[in-house]
Amino acid sequence: MEISNYIILATALFAIGVIGVLTRRNSIIIFMCVELMLNAANLLLVAFSQMHNLRLGKYYPTLASDAQIFVFFSMVVAAAEVSVGLAIIVMLYRNTRSVDVNFLNRLKN
Amino acid sequence: MNITQILFWILSVLTLGGAIMVITSKNVIHSILFLIITFFAISGHYVLLNAQFLAIVNIIVYAGAIMVLFLFVVMLMNLNSAAEPQRNKYLLYGGTIAGSSLLLVLVAALKQSADTSQLVQMKTGDIGLVSNLGKALFTNYVFPFEISSVLFLSAMVGAVIISKQER
Repeated sequence: MEISNYIILATALFAIGVIGVLTRRNSIIIFMCVELMLNAANLLLVAFSQMHNLRLGKYYPTLASDAQIFVFFSMVVAAAEVSVGLAIIVMLYRNTRSVDVNFLNRLKN
Repeated sequence: MNITQILFWILSVLTLGGAIMVITSKNVIHSILFLIITFFAISGHYVLLNAQFLAIVNIIVYAGAIMVLFLFVVMLMNLNSAAEPQRNKYLLYGGTIAGSSLLLVLVAALKQSADTSQLVQMKTGDIGLVSNLGKALFTNYVFPFEISSVLFLSAMVGAVIISKQER
């Protein structure tokens, strides 16, 4: 499989996440779209790691496992981020009785 | 077209269709369930790329922990029947056009680059196996691994402090 297929797939996934963040007003769905964009980046990292392993794996055997460990750490950060973000959303719901981001204008006045 | 390519296209259709359904479905619960489908398809991609450790971690962390957390929060707030109020039509069109333009620009930029026809190693290679990644994680990357536990501790404390009911 050529790398361009993976590039287009991950780019499309990222663009869908961007469209979701821009169009939806529900903060939980916006948060889920952020997760979608994160996963697109992870998928592309793994695809590139396998691409470089095919070409340079003979000379640098640890080259490609570094990328996959990077993906692992990005998943770790995503898990921590989700726990804090959902706590913030619960807090928002408790204060405004809604999860609509249009009501997040309290700092304006 | 061999079996790997057929699997790649099936998983790609599943990934993108699930992602589109996430942002178009009205019900939040349905969005979460479609996102779980998308994450399973991405795990299938990892298996196809022979990154078995990441496939398992993706299922455990994303489809297991994070999505259950999302479902728990949505059901706790009883949002599954609440429709979105007054969606702005211009915002909808503007956001769709902006995101599509981003996709168009990125794909057009990648068309210019030279080596997009390099092959990806599928179904072979042992760098993604648990033993190799575990060795790398506990030799070269042991310090970031320990730091990530501190990150988890701070996230846990932060979540508790933020969601604590103040009196």
